[in-house]
Amino acid sequence: MTTTIAPYRSELGTGRDGFAQLLRAEWTKFRSVRGWVIGMLIGGLLIVGIGVLTGSNSQCSFQQGPDSASQACPTPPSGPEGGWVSDSFYFVRQPLAGNGSITVRVTSLTGLYSTHGGIGAAGGSPTAGMTPGVQPWSKAGIMIKASTAQGSAYAAMMVTGSHGVRMQWDFTHDAAGLAGNVSASAPRWLRLTRSGDVISGYDSADGVHWTLVGTARLTGFPATAQGGLFAATPGYTKTSTSLGGSSSTGGPALATGAFDHVSRPGSWPAGGWTGQAIQAPGDTALPTSAQGFTQSGDRLTVSGSGDVAPDTGGAGLSSVQQTLTGTFLGLIVMVVVGAMFMTVEYRRGLIRTTLTASPRRGRVLAAKAVVLAGVTFVTGLVAVAIVIPVGERLLHENGSPILPMPALTEARVAGGTAALLAVAAVLALAVGTLLRRSAGAVTVVIAGIVLPYLLAILGGVLPTGAQEWLVRLTPAAGFAIQQTNQQYPQVIASYNPANGFFPLAPWAGFAVLCAWAAAALVLAAYALRRRDA
Amino acid sequence: MSRAADAQMIRTLHAEWTKLRTVAGPGALLLTAIALTAAVGAAAANAVSCPGQLCQVDPAKVSLTGIYLGQAVVAIVAVTAVCGEYSTGMIRLTLAATPRRWQVLAAKAAVVGAATLAAGAVAVLASALAGGLLLTRHGIDPAHGYEALSLGQGAVLRATAGSVLYLGLIALLGLGVAAMIRDSAVAIGTVLGLLYLFPIVTGFISNPDLQRHLDQVSPMTAGLYIQATTNLSTLPLTPWQGLGVLALWAAGALLAGGLLLRFRDA
Repeated sequence: MTTTIAPYRSELGTGRDGFAQLLRAEWTKFRSVRGWVIGMLIGGLLIVGIGVLTGSNSQCSFQQGPDSASQACPTPPSGPEGGWVSDSFYFVRQPLAGNGSITVRVTSLTGLYSTHGGIGAAGGSPTAGMTPGVQPWSKAGIMIKASTAQGSAYAAMMVTGSHGVRMQWDFTHDAAGLAGNVSASAPRWLRLTRSGDVISGYDSADGVHWTLVGTARLTGFPATAQGGLFAATPGYTKTSTSLGGSSSTGGPALATGAFDHVSRPGSWPAGGWTGQAIQAPGDTALPTSAQGFTQSGDRLTVSGSGDVAPDTGGAGLSSVQQTLTGTFLGLIVMVVVGAMFMTVEYRRGLIRTTLTASPRRGRVLAAKAVVLAGVTFVTGLVAVAIVIPVGERLLHENGSPILPMPALTEARVAGGTAALLAVAAVLALAVGTLLRRSAGAVTVVIAGIVLPYLLAILGGVLPTGAQEWLVRLTPAAGFAIQQTNQQYPQVIASYNPANGFFPLAPWAGFAVLCAWAAAALVLAAYALRRRDA
Repeated sequence: MSRAADAQMIRTLHAEWTKLRTVAGPGALLLTAIALTAAVGAAAANAVSCPGQLCQVDPAKVSLTGIYLGQAVVAIVAVTAVCGEYSTGMIRLTLAATPRRWQVLAAKAAVVGAATLAAGAVAVLASALAGGLLLTRHGIDPAHGYEALSLGQGAVLRATAGSVLYLGLIALLGLGVAAMIRDSAVAIGTVLGLLYLFPIVTGFISNPDLQRHLDQVSPMTAGLYIQATTNLSTLPLTPWQGLGVLALWAAGALLAGGLLLRFRDA
């Protein structure tokens, strides 16, 4: 006779094995390792601490001349759209009360420039020793401007040194008209027409056939505006192609436009022109006496210096980016924690328990990535939310003007920095899964993110082109998310990573980092499934 | 030192050399360090273009750019030489066999330092050779007014020999930090942070005096002054002083690591 023995069955109900349970398991692992929690806190504190350190040690001062005492940096004027602008030129103007139009013919644009900073022998002519020649963005033409205050709204038609006829308005807008340089044999006719707060710009080669170049809608343009002729030119700069790219020499420049056939239908007064240099002290090293206008009959010549364009942030001027120096330190700490979140499981053998409890290995990696990304993002966001206002305040107290920016940009910088930390930590997790060794994983990620950035900003090692490729291709491209300065084709400046300009747009750079992290995660998931634990 | 102590030290050195030699990691890593250093140096030299004859290229510095990356691999070798023992528990066996803990650290420093110097010499020579060839092809040669990149020149010899020493000191720094921290991930993060973060933070500080002081104490920035062969007068320290700063960092780390090793339970 045989007895059958029922096989043992546990009386416990089957546990649920959804993704939520896996997340909870990973979260428990994370929060119960004291070192990781402390590590995250230290990472956040370092972000704040370094930001405060750079903020409180910043200073901004410049010297007007070789002998004068240094003074605090002046805040550049803000344009109608909020950003900093350069707004200095020579304006030959008349009030325009209401609608009207102005038409001129430009017969020449000439200029002088200095190659070596200081100009003019003592007691001599202010332009003595300057070389004849125009700059690429030397400008002369007609302008209708809300007022003579720096930074006020305007629209202008102009001939330029080597970019043909342009219509520009409110500093950031730039539209191309007739190509080619102006000369006596190829004069350029320019016209601006104001109707309410809409100003249209036209150009013509013969004064008969006119082409619309652009239409500017200047909201809130006052009834009585100032209209007339202007000339301006940015200084001469020669950026040498030396390694690091930031060494540039130069000096002030002067542009002179010759005009005739001036006609002004509309609400213009009968009186003559008023000449005025729209300038703040320190805008140009060229004495005001070098600028001015002459009038003989119908002919007018206007000479001016300075620029009417966005200010891309010169040396010493700060932006939010500067308060976020601690990101690099925080990033290293979070990369270490991220790599250990996986490598420690291998070292302790916990990985075997983990994979027994959840045999679907891809999901384990996903759960780890979600928990790690969440923790780093929140830590980073809190740290950034503290350091930005504190750092800005410190910079402000130290006399460094801070680049104004829209709230949306500031939110992008803050949120983007937290996301940058989270993605870097996930990248470290994936590399840790691939290599299973903490030291190797941490080094690979730091050498992939921090080192390319360092080489991209370091002067004297790599040529500028190579530096730009580094922050385009490597995970360091992600730092573009912190970029606050904007590049403008109508302003010549050193747009290199050392000055805070990335070759990729903020989100594009961040996408490069995300692509690296995604590729590493896919490889890690593959390796985790195929290899024995 | 007595004869017995000498024999003891030789045995400890032999033990450390056996440990380093018989695991696959260090050898492969040192070969990686050589390859990466030479490759990055060659890539940097190849990227130099100077059409207007205006650039201030420092041929030695450009050719040795690979050190920036190579030092990270050297740091892994040094850190794992210590932390590997802690993660496997081997350290208890080591200290049972050699109870004089300072001696263990000294032997490790000697063995890892020597291996790094050997690998570093190969890496630096390969970089200098590749750099010399590539820079000449790009017109950075005496015919265009640049210094030749030849080891016969005092400054170039100093830059190359100094770079080898630099790598050796990085290994010692890594050992010291690892002996302090014991965990490989945290230790390597600390070493790389020390090296890479100083110059980044300095770049954001707008106070020129503070900038100069930070450069003077930064282990990597100051240490790599040894590679400069042009515009020496603009450096905040002389090349050998700079390398001395790194040596101080390494000595400090080894001292702190040794003290902790001596007084802490393993």
